[in-house]
Amino acid sequence: MTLALETIRLSKQFGALTVADQIDFKLEAGARHALIGPNGAGKTTFINLLTGRLTPSSGQVKMMGQEISSLNESKRVKMGLGRTFQINSLFNKMTVLDNISLGISERLGISKKMWRNASAFTALKEESLEILSLLGIADDANERVSQLPYGKQRLVEIAISLGLKPKVLLLDEPAAGVPSMESGRILQALDVLPKDIAILMIEHDMDLVFQFASKITVLVQGAVLCEGTPDEIAHDPRVHQVYLGEPNE
Amino acid sequence: MSKLVGFQSNPRLKISELIPWVLALAVFFVLPDYLSLGAQILTYILFALSLDLITGYAGVVTLGHAAFFGVGAYTCGILSAKVGITDPLLLLLMSAIVCGLLGISTGLIILRTQKLTQLMLTLAIAALCFEVANKATTITGGADGLTGVVIGPIFGLFKFDFLNKTAYLWCLGILFIFWYLVRRLVYSPFGITLTGIKENKQRMQAIGVPVTSYLLKAYTFSAIIAGVAGALIAQTNQFVGLNLIGFEPSGEILVMLILGGVGRIYGAFVGPLVFLVAQDFLAKQFPEYWNLGIGLMLLIVVLFAKGGVLGIFDKVTVFRRSSK
Repeated sequence: MTLALETIRLSKQFGALTVADQIDFKLEAGARHALIGPNGAGKTTFINLLTGRLTPSSGQVKMMGQEISSLNESKRVKMGLGRTFQINSLFNKMTVLDNISLGISERLGISKKMWRNASAFTALKEESLEILSLLGIADDANERVSQLPYGKQRLVEIAISLGLKPKVLLLDEPAAGVPSMESGRILQALDVLPKDIAILMIEHDMDLVFQFASKITVLVQGAVLCEGTPDEIAHDPRVHQVYLGEPNE
Repeated sequence: MSKLVGFQSNPRLKISELIPWVLALAVFFVLPDYLSLGAQILTYILFALSLDLITGYAGVVTLGHAAFFGVGAYTCGILSAKVGITDPLLLLLMSAIVCGLLGISTGLIILRTQKLTQLMLTLAIAALCFEVANKATTITGGADGLTGVVIGPIFGLFKFDFLNKTAYLWCLGILFIFWYLVRRLVYSPFGITLTGIKENKQRMQAIGVPVTSYLLKAYTFSAIIAGVAGALIAQTNQFVGLNLIGFEPSGEILVMLILGGVGRIYGAFVGPLVFLVAQDFLAKQFPEYWNLGIGLMLLIVVLFAKGGVLGIFDKVTVFRRSSK
């Protein structure tokens, strides 16, 4: 089976600082994979290397068996690589519906049309509404994004990426900033995502990680510390040491 | 605050959108002595409209847009005075082509950069164009300006007359065409994508939008419109001077657009009208201090009326609705 995403000795240095250290990583098709690690471990950097926002110093990124290291961000998106952001990156002054429609419009090649009325493309609205209903926020479709509570904005963040029909989805802390009592809502949303999308999630909320992921990779100081099932990771002494310090301390 | 155009916006023409055209025609009949100023205002509206497209909708702030305005004017002027082409439509077309090419080539450079770097590059390009116009005296006339511009009758029928009647209607007609095109564009998926780029460039890249290529198209179109506006002013005045190119007119047009309101099409109509009428009035009353009046006006708008003169109207309607 071809891997959804694979990195081979992927490294990134900022001057003398190594933020990604020879990372070998495999994301299987349809996977529910979590990437955890202490603050500053280089998790978001790793995502940025995968999406092409950052250029690696060395190493390769492959998607569906195809080398994509030299492709820019928007080309990778067109191949089916979607992402969300740790800190909301939305179109605040636009409606929820338009937030979703922008990506769909680009994917369908509608965005290039200069002389036709945008409102004539009703398929855009339908598809956007479908995604919003899937995530349970269809009622807010015509609200301006900036007027939504933060938890719902997090869902819009996910909805935008779903509009890209991704084959691989990278979720950068989907529950970041959401009060823990509402993180259940995020998990619900993650649960309904199509099963054929391979998902890699960065998250600090361990409850969420253990409920969501069937495989976990631990990243420390830019390097992979260990990888395994949630059970294995939960009982790995190295992981405890990283998160909680030496047992005697 | 005005609502952004979105995929669900109704593109039908509102009655209020006819006001500028009715007023413009009224001026033609009622104020025949002001048609020279009127034609001037119409060309600056076209110029401001081109700036609104790239700054108000696509979010590219430029301090060098008069590079296109000036090059458009000089292209028209030189082709007439030195080459002997006098057909006004053909001259507009040539200016459009030259400015389109200049737009693509400079856009390729400046649109790769961001923020201050971008602003400085736009300024540098305008300064370069200014220096070329200033130094190449044999072709451009340098600081003395380009004289000998002769413009033939429009479509071979309508001569440019002493009272500027023809020029006024000619400018109005061209403005109408480009207003229609810009409005069309703003309500198209392409236009909404531009708005998305203005709102959040990073996210647009992350949803697969090749941002630079979209901006380049918009920038080129904007350059073409500015070039046509420049050519119109060359035809109206039958003279081209350094005051049309470089930093000063670039800053001025930005001031006019901000005065009227950015990113709303009609701000580009109101701004030049207010600015040039005030300039005309103040220059007659206080020939030494007229700049002060313009400065105060801008100060008031920036401090108290974000969104320009049209922004004030927005606030009034919102207030009236909420008090009902």
